[in-house]
Amino acid sequence: MDWDFYGQHLIPALNDGLWISILLILPSATGGLALGILTGTIRTFGPPWLKRIGNFYAGIFRGTPLVVQLFILYFGLPNIGIYLSPYAAAVTGFILCSGAYQSEYIRGGLSAIKRGQLMAAKSLGFSSTGSIFWIVLPQAMRRALPGCGNEIIYLIKYSSLAYIITCIEITGQARDVATTYFRFTESFFVAGLYYLALVSIAGIALGKLEKKLYIPGFGKQH
Amino acid sequence: MNNNVATVLQITDIHKVLGGKEILRGVSMTVDKGELKILIGPSGGGKSTLLQCINFLLPPDQGRIFLDGSEVHFHKKAELYRYRQQVGMIFQDFNLFDHLNALDNVSIALRKVKKIHKAEAGDRAYHELERVGLSDKTDLYPAELSGGQKQRVSIARALAMDPKVILLDEPTSALDPELIGEVLRVIVDLARSGMTMIMATHQIGYVKSLTNEILFMENGRIIEHGPPEKLLSADADTRCRGFCEMLKDLVREP
Amino acid sequence: MDAFTAIIDALPYILKGTAVTAGIVIGAMVLGLIAGIPMAVGQVYGNRPVRFMVGVYVWFFRGVPVLVLLFLVYFGVFGFIEIKLRSGYGIYINFSPFMAACLVMGMVSAAYQSQIFRGAIQALPQGQLKAASALGMSDSMAIRTIILPQALRIAIPAWSNEFSIVLKDSAVAFVLGTTEIMARTHFVASRTYQHLPLYLLAGVLYFILTWMGVKALLKLEHKVRIPGYSN
Repeated sequence: MDWDFYGQHLIPALNDGLWISILLILPSATGGLALGILTGTIRTFGPPWLKRIGNFYAGIFRGTPLVVQLFILYFGLPNIGIYLSPYAAAVTGFILCSGAYQSEYIRGGLSAIKRGQLMAAKSLGFSSTGSIFWIVLPQAMRRALPGCGNEIIYLIKYSSLAYIITCIEITGQARDVATTYFRFTESFFVAGLYYLALVSIAGIALGKLEKKLYIPGFGKQH
Repeated sequence: MNNNVATVLQITDIHKVLGGKEILRGVSMTVDKGELKILIGPSGGGKSTLLQCINFLLPPDQGRIFLDGSEVHFHKKAELYRYRQQVGMIFQDFNLFDHLNALDNVSIALRKVKKIHKAEAGDRAYHELERVGLSDKTDLYPAELSGGQKQRVSIARALAMDPKVILLDEPTSALDPELIGEVLRVIVDLARSGMTMIMATHQIGYVKSLTNEILFMENGRIIEHGPPEKLLSADADTRCRGFCEMLKDLVREP
Repeated sequence: MDAFTAIIDALPYILKGTAVTAGIVIGAMVLGLIAGIPMAVGQVYGNRPVRFMVGVYVWFFRGVPVLVLLFLVYFGVFGFIEIKLRSGYGIYINFSPFMAACLVMGMVSAAYQSQIFRGAIQALPQGQLKAASALGMSDSMAIRTIILPQALRIAIPAWSNEFSIVLKDSAVAFVLGTTEIMARTHFVASRTYQHLPLYLLAGVLYFILTWMGVKALLKLEHKVRIPGYSN
């Protein structure tokens, strides 16, 4: 094994890529979750016309490949005079796509909360928004947490697609090194390990969060 | 075996530890052909564990089991499967196969375990369902049956295997009171027809007259045993009678 | 050229890619099913080493992006095998991008499907296996005749979800030059500069395919539904 290849070329390149990947993932995950909570709430409690818009948005973005969405944003929008940088196109695509999936989990969590909760909150004088925000959402979020966490893990892996619209993150760096030095197996395997590490760290963090938010007996069916 | 009554099942000194707790502390019994033995005692006393150990659904830590005089070596898979075909088991919560209708629930083991031809297995299954009074429910799935009907299907399922002995683990305790009778009637019929059975139950009243022996279990041991007229007679000073009196106060026997 | 003519002109060419997309998806789903079921059984009923090995497999293939795996297998592993066979044995083999796509997506799907089936098996009441054992069934027979028929039914909705994920992921395979929908769209778009309408068209195609597949699986779910049984 020649360590020079790893030490001098592959690892430094992948570390550069890792930084870009993180810059892609963090805003996309937070943005996607925020958009998902908003859309999910609207899709559950909103007025009918707003519900329909929310459902349409979620249906479109969940029904088409992320690659297509990214291509539309990066290659397609210039057709109508909108130019996005690779990074901006990637983050926009990730937020929109992730938000659609997150809204599905949030909606599922919200509709699993018994009507009585909302009624009880209202009987105490909460406004509709207040009872959703203080009573229903905290419960729904706990129910939705495993799904939402899973979606973030998907997002970490899908951040690799930014490479396709020329935003050079881990995958792009690996590809560069692989073709320059003709070392495909090693380059992509190590790149895979980078993602594996990111996904595993996220998984552990989410597990910790779930444990922290655990309420005895909550979520069991009776 | 030189007696005129043959011993079907013999259990000696069964021990079982579950989750660090000693559930069975040396249980022995002998069951003769045609006998009905009733296991009774407070919950947690080890009745259910004992029945599951007899069928090796829980492997005993210690102790030996003999069927028809020959010891069962449960570590040998083929022997274990053969043994289980001869020992029927009725569960508290029925455990019908939820993806099969009543007829197939009864016939599946005939077909897959005993390798009986499909048509023949179906006939046999139908016959058994008829025997428990469910010949009109053959096509229904478990979720479409009442609790009492489910339990009767599970009895038919056990009967179809021609068992030498049937173990019944509180067969009526998961049932609504008005459904208990239909299941107990089937069990009484079985006892009258000479089926060998060991039954854990709290519903003694119904089967008392048919019971050969009551075994009172507490803390993993059989602490009293004898025919019901002895253990339950008005002047008997037994733990068993006290327990049964207490039950009577709680639930009215049919 | 306006958007409308661009779409009309490209449609037959792009539609031909549907067959390739379908091939990748079906290949991957079947491979994932064949490998996923034993893995699920192994994870629930297997001994420690088996559970550990399945666990590592699942961890790896659920943690690495499909894109990276496609590159790794097609350029890395397949390339390596091709060169070894050529220089060592004089055998000339050319693995197609299509094969790489099927294999990679199948291996990834196997990881996900194994978890779907594992969940379904574990959702069954404990008593099912006990009751089967009490009838004298061996463990393997009980799993085949009692556990799996129920678990597979329970798994259909999740499986249908997995199908739609695989279908959408299959678009990534265009990076290897497979001739599926996305690759063809990309090809036409870069010649005609009608990116927006053509990618929208691709989006619509994927949407319709997803919808059709999910409908078909819903039909299957109803067809094998057990009366009165819900989960």
